[in-house]
Amino acid sequence: MQIYLPIAEVSVNAFLLFGIGGIVGILSGMFGVGGGFLITPLLFFIGIPPAVAVATGATQLVASSFSGVLVHFKRRAVDLRMGTVLLIGGVTGSALGIQVFNLMRSVGQVDLLVKLFYVVFLGIIGGLMFSESLRAILRSRKPGARPVRRKHNWIHSLPLKMKFRTSGLYISIIPPLVVGVLVGILAAIMGVGGGFIMVPAMIYLLGMPTKVVVGTSLFQIIFVTGFTTLMHATTNQTVDLALAVVLLIGGVLGAQIGTQIGSKMKAEQLRILLALLVLAVCGKLALELLLQPTELYSLAEVGQ
Amino acid sequence: MTVRLIALLLLAFALPALALPATAQEEVVAGMSQNRVAITANFDGSEILIFGAVKRDEPPPGTGPLEVIVTVAGPSKPVIVRRKEKRFGIWVNTDAVEVDSAPSFYAVATSGPLSEILKNIDDLRYKISIPRAIRSVGAPMTVQNSRAFTEALIRIRSQKGLYLLDMNTVQVDQETLFNTAIALPANLTEGAYTARIFLTRGGNVIAAHETKIDVQKVGLERWLFNLAHELPLAYGILSLVIAISAGWGASAVFRYLRS
Repeated sequence: MQIYLPIAEVSVNAFLLFGIGGIVGILSGMFGVGGGFLITPLLFFIGIPPAVAVATGATQLVASSFSGVLVHFKRRAVDLRMGTVLLIGGVTGSALGIQVFNLMRSVGQVDLLVKLFYVVFLGIIGGLMFSESLRAILRSRKPGARPVRRKHNWIHSLPLKMKFRTSGLYISIIPPLVVGVLVGILAAIMGVGGGFIMVPAMIYLLGMPTKVVVGTSLFQIIFVTGFTTLMHATTNQTVDLALAVVLLIGGVLGAQIGTQIGSKMKAEQLRILLALLVLAVCGKLALELLLQPTELYSLAEVGQ
Repeated sequence: MTVRLIALLLLAFALPALALPATAQEEVVAGMSQNRVAITANFDGSEILIFGAVKRDEPPPGTGPLEVIVTVAGPSKPVIVRRKEKRFGIWVNTDAVEVDSAPSFYAVATSGPLSEILKNIDDLRYKISIPRAIRSVGAPMTVQNSRAFTEALIRIRSQKGLYLLDMNTVQVDQETLFNTAIALPANLTEGAYTARIFLTRGGNVIAAHETKIDVQKVGLERWLFNLAHELPLAYGILSLVIAISAGWGASAVFRYLRS
């Protein structure tokens, strides 16, 4: 069944879109990442213009994150206080990121820089998570091994401390604010919610428990992607509602299934799967930069 | 019958606009299956039948057989063509050429091999073949081999089915009647399309005819497009409301199913 998208001005298969939405929704529910780093490249691949793919991807992420966060709320796995602190940083960072994006656009080479960002960040985070969770799994297999206790590091000696009861933390609000700003900048430049950076940052930098991380990340993603959707709709008119509706029907169903799968799996297993997924996307994008493309030329509308 | 009447009326207005040889003895009377294409939500391409007859007062002259060329062109827009080169081990966009005007869609249907039925000089004059339909003033001096950029534009659009050259697809009957079908792809953009019909003898254009085809989004497509451009803030908020209610709806449905 073909569907003509009014803003993207292309005709695509509705079931294909539904499937993409569903798969990204499942991942979103399982890992607490918005899935933007998957949905945007997938939409490029089926021929949606990049500007429309980025903006509509954000709209779809609002829906799947909202659906996912409700489940986590019921389980009391959302740290609202931490989420709000991250969010303040996130919106600030996102506004900064949009400035950086416009600067890069005036120089040209936006797609190259976006791809490089993807390769570098997905590579670092995927690699770190993979090695860390592999070590954790090996440790838990060894009989008689005891879990390593959380160490106190320099983060705990910063001022402006605040109690985050849900996370069981008493730390300064400076690290979460900085994390929020950095993720916001990256989110605006890469056109994603930032969950794949936020989740490891919360686990490894802030020391939050994995079970709370997913819900808190989803909570924060709703607002960042909602902000992005409004920005794109008002400045570029690139949000395609027809595309968004088909994607999000698949997405919200997938998110529910994903959350169920996620709650049945061990945290280490979840992390190693997410790490592999991140590394796979990174590898694919790296190959695109390194191998000679079959078509050396590309077309762009004037003014983009 | 009404289609032909409309076509005749259009013909009366369109003909003087085209510069034709003063000695034109033969005229085109043309019609088509539709002069409006409506893009609906389930639009997946369309086909336009273009047909007509040659009107003449005298018997056909003996200056070669009558050949017919039909073109359909979408609205023209400038396009930037970029080329990638390997720099520091990765493939990077380096040179860029702005093509001043290229149609979003361009189809040429002919009754014979284009190079045989159309002389280069008339191709230049009427801009019939695909490379001629694209206007490129020229690349900056720093870019080498700038022709490759226009060729790349044609190649990329041809692969997407947007530029078509269908030779021998116009049927000509007894030097008088002709008909052809032009397929419009699913990834059509809206705008005022132009259908042109050329009669040639011995490679020279002896008559031409031009008609507009209106390609427009209708219904829900139209409404969404207008809302997005005229009330962008309302459109953005509507997107968010739909997204959040879908998320909440799915969660509620699943909770109900499980309980």
